[in-house]
Amino acid sequence: MILQSSVVSQVKLLSGYADLPFVLIAAWALQDRVDSSWHWGALTCLFSGFISSMPAPVVIAGYLGAVLLARALQRRVWQAPLLAMFSVVFFGTLFFHISSFVVLSFLGTPFTFGDVMGLVTLPSLLLNMLLAIPIYAFMRDVSYWVYPVEE
Amino acid sequence: MNSRSLQTTIIFLVVGGILVLAFSGALGSASRGFTSVLVDIQTWISSRFLGFQDFVTAPRDIVTLRTRNAELEAQVSQLQAQLIELQQRVNETEILAALVDFSRSNPESTYKAASVIGRDPSPFLHYIIINRGSNDDIRRGMPVVTNQGLVGRVDAVIADAARVQLITDPASSVNIYLQNADTNAVLYGSVTGDVSLDLISQNATVESGDLILTSGLGGGYPADLIIGQVVTVRSLEFELFQQATVQPAVDFSRLEIVLVITNFRPVDIAPLEPVLTPSP
Repeated sequence: MILQSSVVSQVKLLSGYADLPFVLIAAWALQDRVDSSWHWGALTCLFSGFISSMPAPVVIAGYLGAVLLARALQRRVWQAPLLAMFSVVFFGTLFFHISSFVVLSFLGTPFTFGDVMGLVTLPSLLLNMLLAIPIYAFMRDVSYWVYPVEE
Repeated sequence: MNSRSLQTTIIFLVVGGILVLAFSGALGSASRGFTSVLVDIQTWISSRFLGFQDFVTAPRDIVTLRTRNAELEAQVSQLQAQLIELQQRVNETEILAALVDFSRSNPESTYKAASVIGRDPSPFLHYIIINRGSNDDIRRGMPVVTNQGLVGRVDAVIADAARVQLITDPASSVNIYLQNADTNAVLYGSVTGDVSLDLISQNATVESGDLILTSGLGGGYPADLIIGQVVTVRSLEFELFQQATVQPAVDFSRLEIVLVITNFRPVDIAPLEPVLTPSP
């Protein structure tokens, strides 16, 4: 979250930027051996809700939604992990941004849907997808390290 | 004197005579040709010897040079790191000097300098995190400025940090005063980080380059803080108000150090606003 706030949020594409905690959580939840993804998802919600001005329900729905989607896909497309990763990042980012848009609009922030989609959501989506491959590989190695196979 | 010693004496005399003649220049061109041949031979032998000496001693020199090169490279790296650090300090000092100048030229306010340590993780929102909090008497609603102009206001505070809503945030609105047109309007942020003016009276004559200041209306910000300049004006006859795009004075992408105005207390005028009740 510190990296996201101090570094990743400075690397902009149009008005969007990558969501590092989101991609990390998605990649972690997709690992077969991992059984702590919900805990990490909750922790991410806590930190993000603490730092960000985004309403808490959006943050909770966004991150825990990503974990839910990842756990659901992990059991169905387990033979194509990268496809599952791309799917989680793609649909999860869209869900997160659309829920942000809806809730903030409901709270009175004037948004234009076209601007949000074209200048924020699509660039962020692209950056998240670019991060997806290296982060998936990194988290897979971390999961092998944390949960070694017992022989 | 026997014949052997006579022969030796004659040879010495002949050689000595030749040398005397040569040194006195009597032999002329023959002497020069001879010496040039000698010099050529000397040069050839000398150059070959030096080449051989280089060949023999080179490996030892390469090791020495490599060691020396590594030392110098390490030294260069160290100096480069020092240079970057000093450059950073110079930049910081320049910013702080500008902020000190600004605070001296605006003595009616008291300021607390803070470093920008982060931004909101969500691209929908334009907030920054600063490294001063309630321990430094920072309170919610305090305006935040730089020497260039208004940045925003404190939105949330914890002990050692605070979150500042920038004027570019889509939920931000600031009551402003257009100095040249002598009229009030409202400045809005946007999701792209651009700011624009709205609610400009149709009777006001607004032009590109007009200076935008805070008006102080509403009690959210002190008056007369610089915000930026008008870039373009959009005025349509069938609309109630004019709109304008704004070039902010502050470069929001390069915020490093900001000043919090600590002696300003925002006024909450919400209880004074009329409550709309449905007519019977």
